[in-house]
Amino acid sequence: MRLITLEKRMSPIPMAGMVIPVISIALALLAGGVFLALSGKNPLEIYFTLFQSAFGSSYGFSETVVKAIPLALCALGVSLAFRVQLWNIGAEGQFYMGAMAATWVALTYPEGSRWVVLPAMFLAAAMAGGLWGLLPAIPRAFWKVNETITTLMLNYIAIFWVDFLIYGPWKDPNGYNFPLTAPFELGATLPSFGTSRVHYGLILALIAALLVYIILKYTVWGYQLKVVGESQRAAKYAGMSIVKTILLVMLISGALAGIAGMTEVAGITQRLQQGLSPGYGYSAIIIAWLARLNPWAILLVSFLFGGLLSGGFSLQSMGLPAASVYMLQGLILFFILGGEIFNSYRLKWIGGRS
Amino acid sequence: MGINDILVEMKGITKAFPGVLANDQVNLTVRAGEIHALLGENGAGKSTLMSILTGLYRYDQGELAVHGKKVNFNSPRDAIAEGIGMVHQHFKLVSTFTVTENVAMGSDSWGAILKLDQIEKKLAAFSMEYGLQIDPKAKVWQLSIGEQQRVEIVKLLFRGADILILDEPTAVLTPQEANDLYIVLRKMADEGKGVIVITHKMQEVIEHADMVTVMRGGKSVATVPKDYTDETELARLMVGRELDLVHKIETGAPGEVILQLQEITAVSDRGHKALKDVNLIVRAGEIMGIAGVAGNGQRELAEVITGLRPISAGQITINKVDMTNRQPLDIIKAGVAHIPEDRHNTGLVPNLDAYENILLKHYLDKDFRKGPFILWSALSQYTQTLINKFDIKLSVPEAPVKAMSGGNLQKLLLAREISMEPNLIIAVYPVRGLDIGAIQAVRGLLMEARREGKGVLLISEELDELFLLADRLAVLHEGELMGVLEVEKTDIEEVGLMMAGKKGVKGCA
Repeated sequence: MRLITLEKRMSPIPMAGMVIPVISIALALLAGGVFLALSGKNPLEIYFTLFQSAFGSSYGFSETVVKAIPLALCALGVSLAFRVQLWNIGAEGQFYMGAMAATWVALTYPEGSRWVVLPAMFLAAAMAGGLWGLLPAIPRAFWKVNETITTLMLNYIAIFWVDFLIYGPWKDPNGYNFPLTAPFELGATLPSFGTSRVHYGLILALIAALLVYIILKYTVWGYQLKVVGESQRAAKYAGMSIVKTILLVMLISGALAGIAGMTEVAGITQRLQQGLSPGYGYSAIIIAWLARLNPWAILLVSFLFGGLLSGGFSLQSMGLPAASVYMLQGLILFFILGGEIFNSYRLKWIGGRS
Repeated sequence: MGINDILVEMKGITKAFPGVLANDQVNLTVRAGEIHALLGENGAGKSTLMSILTGLYRYDQGELAVHGKKVNFNSPRDAIAEGIGMVHQHFKLVSTFTVTENVAMGSDSWGAILKLDQIEKKLAAFSMEYGLQIDPKAKVWQLSIGEQQRVEIVKLLFRGADILILDEPTAVLTPQEANDLYIVLRKMADEGKGVIVITHKMQEVIEHADMVTVMRGGKSVATVPKDYTDETELARLMVGRELDLVHKIETGAPGEVILQLQEITAVSDRGHKALKDVNLIVRAGEIMGIAGVAGNGQRELAEVITGLRPISAGQITINKVDMTNRQPLDIIKAGVAHIPEDRHNTGLVPNLDAYENILLKHYLDKDFRKGPFILWSALSQYTQTLINKFDIKLSVPEAPVKAMSGGNLQKLLLAREISMEPNLIIAVYPVRGLDIGAIQAVRGLLMEARREGKGVLLISEELDELFLLADRLAVLHEGELMGVLEVEKTDIEEVGLMMAGKKGVKGCA
């Protein structure tokens, strides 16, 4: 006996782009609250502290922005791939390869001036990240090898490759055996705004969002992405090359994540070290979905998720593991994906018909 | 159940979907001991009718009696309980399971503990009885398509089905496998089961069926014993409407050869030869019609010309330039317009707006782009011009085109393709699903294209349309060209014979 059934919507609900994510987040916080309450804490108090420490002080605010920068760049990257239904979940690995390439430039040319070294680091990072995105795109484009698996697997290779470098050949001889490289010279660091840790990577993220917006709205290539994403058969019919589109999208998608890796090593850690990313590449997937692939919304959601990360550290002082934040992130994605169905369907009460 | 008892009786079955009358007063009677062919083209309503019989849909009006009991099934489970079983075109098997496991899966009368050895024994018994040879321990992925089909049939027998429905069962089989299948089906019929075969192959009907019900446009147009009919009559029943009212409005003035196909051979998605040594010429200023029962290579022919499907042998020449196995973009640039069979997802993108759909064939035009940027203002002006010129009705051009009616969608598509100034137009079932007004508009546009000296290849399932528009007719049957006819010098009898597989005597390419 079924009481409720799903029915196809005749017309989309107004403001679906806003309503569904907001309700999803609310439900995620509610479900997360249950877990927090079970662990003997007051969920409201926890959420308040989280909010307070992320947005309530100038230090917290700047830390939130610091986290938002790599999140936004990675999310812009994956959003392009998602647009053509390529499930690139390899932003994490692309981020690490970008960070590695930037580090290589910084360590190889320690004497260089900022005007030369930083652009070189930028290019190297974009290329390395781009190639890491291109690698799984090749089997995908030619033999339809599932990119979800390959991009994910390449994450581990990238992360362990970086581990190998910082435990081995690139290890700082003066680093007391810690897994990190020597600190960068001044020429290889991104300047910051005032005394805060907010670095010029912020400008890169804003420019990237603007570029993605322009590409999608005003260029022929953006139009092709739209068509390929909507219907591959129509794209072929119109003479578009699916193979070329896949390769190029994944190259750019990876390049953006690679640039995020560069801004993180050059702006924040100023060296390559273990655990460089607290999962930026994975959070980016959630951000891109929440923002419905809209570049401006990605900036906003990245900021909110940055707050979740920066506020998360304050939870430790309340006796909660910092990983609680990842639980919340996971719950948000869970409800977002679950809520997707209400874009095209609605619940209908059919009563007790047996 | 004795031979000749009525197993299924459908009377005046009517089923409507939004905007479509899928079944309109359909009658079908299936008796024990017979192989009953359900013949009809794609979209004739065969699948809907069988979905009603298997409990997937409920009918709106009419009567359905199974084993003499009136029913209107709520779910497939109800239909299975009444002994109805169906072998779908796409098998529903778990390929990593063994044959026995697959059969066990389909039956729920085994309690909590699976007694696979018992099932195996019963399987062996079925094999003996019907000559259904399958190794019960083999994994399904190791089996040939024909063997997988046998597993599906055994599954039905296991559930105790005595009314078996097979959807296009020979479409995936080799001729030898097809023969073996019919031997099995005949044995089952002799046991007193009723067998319904959905097909559009007339030859098969003549060779193997006892009764034939022909469907067309959602109606059952005739039920005849096989012995009292022949392929020509069946072909006419399937496709032919009354042809008395056809007056040829105008004819073409054929000029230079635009398209030349030489010895074209191509493979279908399923890996069969879909086109065999096809020779064809289309001239400027003529409409070349392609007749044939749907599924005889028409789709592949259109795809081959437009570069969407590679050919394995032969040569394609467009405007005296060799275009064999070139990319779709090259063909578009060579001036070939294409009105595809699937206008909703191939010719147009439903979620994009009218401007973006017009852009689909113009995104490389200098008129509409400047460097990497799209000239939206030029595009919207051009789109407006087309909307006015072709009298396309839409709410606003900014709305996704999926909201438009079928006729207006087709007009939008035609407007774009014809305004590209092509020298060849490939039109595949261009009026399918349209109302009378839209049909006339579309036909008018094709005739106007001919008047302007364009070559038109018109693939159609409506013989009267072909006689009305085309200057010459080529008939496809199982991927082979049966011959090319001058429309003025032929008649429906001859075309019907050729559609049934008889080679043409008069014309040649």
